This record gives sequence, structure tokens and C-alpha cells, in this order.
Amino acid sequence: MKGIRFWLLLFAVSVLGGASQSVWAIDQNKLLATKPARTLSEYGLFQDAGARNQAEGLVLYELNNPLFTDYALKIRYLYIPKESGPATYQEDGVLEFPVGTVLVKTFAYPASFEQPDADIRYIETRLLIHKRDGWKAYPYVWNEEQTEARLKVAGKRLEIPVVWADGKSDIINYAVPNMNQCKGCHVNADKAFTPIGPKVRNLNRQAKGKSENQLELLRQAGYLKGGPENLEESPRVPEPFNPDDGNLQARARAYLDGNCAHCHSPGHPADTSGLYLNYEENREVHWGVNKPPVAAGRGAGGLLVDIHPGAPEKSILLFRMDSTDPGIMMPELGRSTIDQEGVELIRKFIAEMN
Amino acid sequence: MPATFLRVQRGMLGIIATALIILSGPVLADDVIRVSPSENAQEEIQEALILAEPGQTIELAAGFYKLTDGLSLDVANVTVKGAGMDKTILSFKGQKGGSEGLLVTSDQVVLRDFAVEDSKGDAVKAKGVDGIAMINIRTEWTGGPKSTNGAYGLYPVQSKNVFIYGCVAIGASDAGIYVGQSEDIIVTKSRGEFNVAGLEIENSYRADVFDNVMTRNTGGLLVFDLPNLPKQGGHNVRFFRNKSFDNDTDNFAPEGNIVGIVPRGTGMIVMANENVEVFENEFYGNDTVNIVVASYVDEFEDENYQPTPKKIHIHHNKFGKSGMDPDPGQFGTILRETVGTPVPDVVWDGVLPLMDYLFFGQAEEDSLALHDNTHLDGVKPYGNANMIMHVVAPIFHSPDFDMAPYAKSYPSLPAVDVTIRGRPAMELVAQ
Repeated sequence: MKGIRFWLLLFAVSVLGGASQSVWAIDQNKLLATKPARTLSEYGLFQDAGARNQAEGLVLYELNNPLFTDYALKIRYLYIPKESGPATYQEDGVLEFPVGTVLVKTFAYPASFEQPDADIRYIETRLLIHKRDGWKAYPYVWNEEQTEARLKVAGKRLEIPVVWADGKSDIINYAVPNMNQCKGCHVNADKAFTPIGPKVRNLNRQAKGKSENQLELLRQAGYLKGGPENLEESPRVPEPFNPDDGNLQARARAYLDGNCAHCHSPGHPADTSGLYLNYEENREVHWGVNKPPVAAGRGAGGLLVDIHPGAPEKSILLFRMDSTDPGIMMPELGRSTIDQEGVELIRKFIAEMN
Repeated sequence: MPATFLRVQRGMLGIIATALIILSGPVLADDVIRVSPSENAQEEIQEALILAEPGQTIELAAGFYKLTDGLSLDVANVTVKGAGMDKTILSFKGQKGGSEGLLVTSDQVVLRDFAVEDSKGDAVKAKGVDGIAMINIRTEWTGGPKSTNGAYGLYPVQSKNVFIYGCVAIGASDAGIYVGQSEDIIVTKSRGEFNVAGLEIENSYRADVFDNVMTRNTGGLLVFDLPNLPKQGGHNVRFFRNKSFDNDTDNFAPEGNIVGIVPRGTGMIVMANENVEVFENEFYGNDTVNIVVASYVDEFEDENYQPTPKKIHIHHNKFGKSGMDPDPGQFGTILRETVGTPVPDVVWDGVLPLMDYLFFGQAEEDSLALHDNTHLDGVKPYGNANMIMHVVAPIFHSPDFDMAPYAKSYPSLPAVDVTIRGRPAMELVAQ
């Protein structure tokens, strides 16, 4: 039965795909094929060549504590094929997504940050696809005309003109990661590739433009099973930059969780250092308090500890956030500019520690 | 023309592979991907590293490759081979991103016959792998010793079956060759110059370090154990037939790094490890001291950590003229003040947990063993610096030069086996 459906689908896709570019349907076979498609449109995840309108089944989501990437706007979708069934709720770590799941993340810039919602230019769209042999990551880079995004396995450096909210023009030296660099962050304790963001604690928030909790919407879409009846009782990290959403320490730890813990947590790429910035870590020395560095090199900046309570200027953590030198800056990948608001948040957090 | 070279190569491989599949079923992936220097070197090498299949070799032709981002390899059982450490040069002088030159995260990888120069961070790092061979690799910061140089040259960490042979490391602002949090390690026939630490084994189990030459570093050979790390309790390390001499470069580690404590002119430091055997080495021309056996004295919060060295066995070494002019920094000064100059060839800091220090002394079965070493006339072979008293109550301080309590021997540690691709690692060298 399954075999027949497969061939019918393949037939339909090849006929329709060949007949007309205007017919869009999610191509399950392309998504699960060993080799990635050359262009994003081949997967049928969007209804238009510019990927402005998602196909049916793609659910928009946001995170409480997104990773900073050179001020890029990020548009995230989750897709789980009906036959794969829902993801399983779990308190810690990333939701257990079934084979066939696709996470779609588009990085974009507005023509000017004076109007952040207008004239949005797409830069790249990354797909994380849960294939039969595990998760794979593929970066697709958009063309100038915004009509096509092409696979770039070796990554790419792009110069992106931006206008900041104060009207000043700038060029961002944006780096599209190569597939290995993707893995540099997206790797779990078993060395397997894994998503980072969609954890219960990050997803637990009101859905954009709706009254429901995001987790509830995912449940309604058939994308989530299990967990407490009232999903708002689930664990949650606060929004780092929303002063009404938690005290300074909780918000700073949420920021570090979102921006650092994919490497800096036990079993992950930067655990060599013993600095664990995941939200659950409660041993002070391990989340940086008076912790000397191990292999920071000049990244230590002549400072003695990661967090010197009360003294941001003596804290390696802040020094590395406040740099764009590749031998110093943290995170090592994903940014070429400084997250000024993030630096301020952590500066204040350390300053007020005692 | 060079930009299309790789593509053409791969196209041809594809055709050949397809033909073989048709003719004979499965193909052994024993083919070679060739890359030559070009304007597009970054993308071509990285693409080769991503698309390589297990069993393949990536050959980097002789020449100077200008790279702008860190390279990384995550495919198992791949060989990356250059034309020689002075012929195939991967230069990261213009690096804009990625914090190391080359990062390996897959098992059974062999790197050989090329150089990595001027990376912004570490030069060659392997993390969390089983089986990594670095053969005839040079890592160098070409501007000489500077605190802005990257931390480590050759840097396998949290790995098993580590093999470093015939390598050269120059100018690292921490350690030229640094193996950390790893198990089953051989480092041999390698050379370290103008690094803060020439060669360092840290928080690791079972290492054989032999036939290496360390000169003109701040310190030559280091074996450390540090607290608050996923892997600690470093033990069973042998250092033999190495030469550590004329280490005379001022410490240029950026402040805050633990190697910042190493005084200029240190032959060897053993810190907080257990079961270290040091034999048949030569130490001379080191301005501060030939060997220091020390405790980790910084504050730490880690109940599992053992800060004092135990069962350090030093025998059949040859000690030449050293310790004449200790570094004026903190550690050198305290040596000068406690044991005087010329500083004895082997110095123990005498630091013990306070109760042991005050009442019991060190347990007999943990203490230093010193025998059959060759010393120059007029130099004290051994000194206990008694540093606790020096710091706490200097007027009651007195060093102890009596070697008699240490005239004993521990059984020799077993040789380390390193297996890569199913065979003893040493067999890889001839290939």
C-alpha cells in the first residue's frame, strides 16, 4: 500500500512539476532523498518562487530567546508530514521530531531598520531535514532578484548593505555557514546532528498575532503530543529583552542559553572548557562565576575569570561577546557584528551581581 | 581554469564510479580528490572536505593557499595530504571567521605533509574523535612569538588514539603541541620552538612522549591537570628521550592563561598529575630550572579535583647547565628566593594539603622517586622549595636539599598502544 502511494506521488509530482511551475506541493521524496535539491523551490515548501507564502502544513513559530545573527530577521516554520505523526513532548532538550520533519529558517534584512517590516530581502534559507539516517542541514542562498535560492554546501561570504534604525548605512560581512559549520553547533552529546531551538522552554509563548500559546497551536496542528494539559505550565525561558518577563538574572541566563548553550553545555562542542551556559546549569562556577579559562588563548583578553561578579570589565564572557575578532569573539560562528543589546544586558547582569 | 579543476575531477570520478558500479557492483572508495591553489581555494578545499567519502584522500598540491575562513572535516577515515610541510601551505593570514585553521570532528582521520600558518585561533584542532594522526604537519605563526598569536598549534582534545609524528609547532601563544582531555596518545619526533609551552599533555590518560625536541620556548615540556573539566585526573604519562634545552623566550601568553605562570627558561613542569615517568631525557640551557614538580595552587571549587602531584618518577635523565638566571616573574622569583641559584635540577614546590603539610607529610607511596640521573658538579640535584612556609611565614622558611627520602623507584609504566584504522599508528608513517 505504502509502495503504491509512493509511486503515485512520484508520478504526480513528476507530471505536475514538468507540466507547470505554478503548481506547488510539498515533495516528500525530494525532502527525504539522500542528495539535497539544488534549489529551494524544488521541495515545494512555498507557494511562490520567492518563498513569501508557505505551503499548507508549514506552521510559523518563534523562540523566546533566539540566537543573534548580525541583526538578521528570522522567519521560522515547522513542517511534519501527516503520516509521520506528532513530535513527542519532553521537558528538557529539543522536541523529539519524527522522520520527515523539516525546520525552515529564512534569514532576512529590511531595506532599512527604520522600517523593519518593510521591503524585506531574503539572504538565505536553511533547511533542517530529519531524514531516515538523521538530521541534515542545507543552506540555500537567495539570488538578487529574490526568485530563487540555491544550495551552497561550502558556505559563502556576502556583503549586505543595511541601514540601521538611526539612518546610518553599513555593510555587514555576512557568513553563510558551510555544512560542517552548521554541525559545529547542531551536534548533540552523541555526536549526532540535531536542531537547537525548538525546545519546550523556548517555544512556550503566545503565538504571533494569536491568542493561543504556540505549543497549543502545535498540538492543534497535530505536531505535538504529550505534556501537561495546560501547556503554559511547561518550563519556559523568559524573553531576554523584555523587562516584564523576568528578573535580570533569569533574562541574562535566557540570553546565554539561546546564544551560547548549543556549544557551551555538557556533551556539546565547547564542553572542553567546562563553561556550561545552558539554562538548567546551577553550579555557579560552571556557568562562569569566578571560573578561570582553560584554552581561551588571547580570547581571555588578559582577564582572569569568565564572570567577575560586579565587574563586567573584568569578565572574559563579556569581552568575547564585545569583539568581532575571529580569534576572540563568541559565538565563533554566525555573527560579524556585535549584539549591542546583548552586550548591554550581560554587562548589567554582571554589574549587579555580588 | 583552476576554479573548474575540482569540478572536472569530481565529474570524472563520477563517471568512473558509475562505470565501476555497472561492471563490478560496489566500489571501494579509494579514489583521490585533488585540489590546487587558486583564487577559489577556500570554497574548493572546504567543498572537498565536505563531499569526501570515507576512505578517500584529499591531495593538496604544493603551493600557497590563501584562506579566509576556518576549514573543517567531519567525514570519517579521510586522509588530507599535502606535498610537504614546506610546500603545501594553508595560510590563514586573511582569516575573517572560524576560530581555528582546520577542525576535525570525525574518526580515523590522517593529516599529513602540509603547513597551517597564521590562523586567528588554534591551528589544527581535533575534537572528540577516535583515531587522529598528524604526521609531518607544521603549524606556525610567522610573525614570531606574539600574544596575538593563536593559542595552540596541534590541538587534539577529548579524543582517543592520538598520534603526532614528525610535526613542527612554532609561535603558539599557549602550547605548540597540546593534547588535552584525551586517552592513548603518542607524540614523537616532533619539534616545538618559540611557543609559550613547547609540548603539553593536560588532563589526559596514557601518553607516550618521546624523541621530541623542544627549544627556545618559554617552557619545553608540560604535563598538567586542571579542575572543573569534563575529564580530569591526568595519569600515566611517560616522557623519554626528549631534549628540552635553551628555552629562553619570554612568556608571551595573553594574561589570564594558565601557561602565563611558566617562567622563561623552564625545561619541564609536572603539575597535579599522577604516575608520570620522566627518563632518558636531556635538559640544559634553561635559565630558570630544568624540572619543576608542582601543585595547582589557584583557588578551585571542585571536590573531585586532586591538586597535588603523585608518584612522579624521574630517572636516567641528563641534566646540563641550567637555573643560572631565573625569570624575574613571580614563579621565577619564588624559585630564586626559596632554593637559590643555580636552581637545583629537580625542584618540588613542597605544597601539600594543609593537614598533610603540618602533621603527616606526604604519603610514602605518593612521593617523588629520583634515581640514576646525571648532574653537573656543583649543582644541587634536588630541592624542596617548601613554598607554603615561604608564603605564610617567610622567616621560618627553609628549603630542603636532601634527596635521600626519594632514593627509590616505581615500576616502569607500560608502553602506550595507539591504534588507527585497525593498525598500530606507527605503521601510518611509511605510507
